[in-house]
Amino acid sequence: MSRYRIAVHITPRRGILDPQGRTVADALHTLGFAAVRDVHVGRHVVVELDAGDPHEAERSTREMCDRLLANPVTEDFEIATVEAA
Amino acid sequence: MKFGIVTFPGSNGDFDAYRAVVDGIGEEATFLWHKDHDLQQSDVVILPGGFAYGDYLRPGAIARFSPIMREVVAFANRGGPVIAICNGFQVACEAGLLPGALLRNESLKFVSELVSLRVESTDTLFSNRYELGQVLRIPIAHGDGRYTADEQTVDRLEGEGRVVFRYVGGPGDADEWWSPNGATRAIAGIVNDAGNVLGMMPHPERAFDPLLGSSDGLGIFESVLARVTA
Repeated sequence: MSRYRIAVHITPRRGILDPQGRTVADALHTLGFAAVRDVHVGRHVVVELDAGDPHEAERSTREMCDRLLANPVTEDFEIATVEAA
Repeated sequence: MKFGIVTFPGSNGDFDAYRAVVDGIGEEATFLWHKDHDLQQSDVVILPGGFAYGDYLRPGAIARFSPIMREVVAFANRGGPVIAICNGFQVACEAGLLPGALLRNESLKFVSELVSLRVESTDTLFSNRYELGQVLRIPIAHGDGRYTADEQTVDRLEGEGRVVFRYVGGPGDADEWWSPNGATRAIAGIVNDAGNVLGMMPHPERAFDPLLGSSDGLGIFESVLARVTA
């Protein structure tokens, strides 16, 4: 068993209105970042867990996302990084 | 008839629900602690408003794993009536008792006001005491009330008469749909497939006496009482 640190990005599903992202985009435009086309605000979750290998750690984290960390109706998630902790 | 009212850490509508049941319709009510495994022979379960578990992660996401929720889900699956109000609606969606999800209000602002709801279906366990098209005055108080589901689900809800309440009476036409939170098709309340679980963002338990500004919420409790004791 080794310890792993896994980072997960959870974002509002494309096509679902994201008023927070829109508001941040407006603010960036106000600051002069005219090139900004779209912003999505989500969550960044870091899980530390013990697993036999990185694949097992990732598999387990995906299951956590499916069952709790992300809402399957409105959110998408991706495993951003898997590293030894 | 006995109403069981679930208290999660962070619930704040549980006492309002208690008063609506005891003072509003003169029935028995009991509190069900979230760590209990027993519904104490309740005939109806209420999932009240509030901020269970501080809305950590997402509103309702953690509460659905409370020990009492296993019993509530089993009760609902046996056909037991469940009234899920505000945060309770969010919990019920997370628990899979109702389709869809409640997202952050489109305005990003918490809304707390008396709103108009139109009764869209009277053929339910919870709305049979109202007239079709009747407009109710019921308060809302939420930051995450934007009902969202995919088109197919919403079409199905409408086709099957499962949209029970819709927000109306915005700044323009009094009959026009108007959503104070950006909800899909101004949906304020729905029932599940079997018709025994009601989820709604507005607070009928805060509108059971003219002293509170409205007694229009009473009809929901009277409707379920009429059917369950019938």
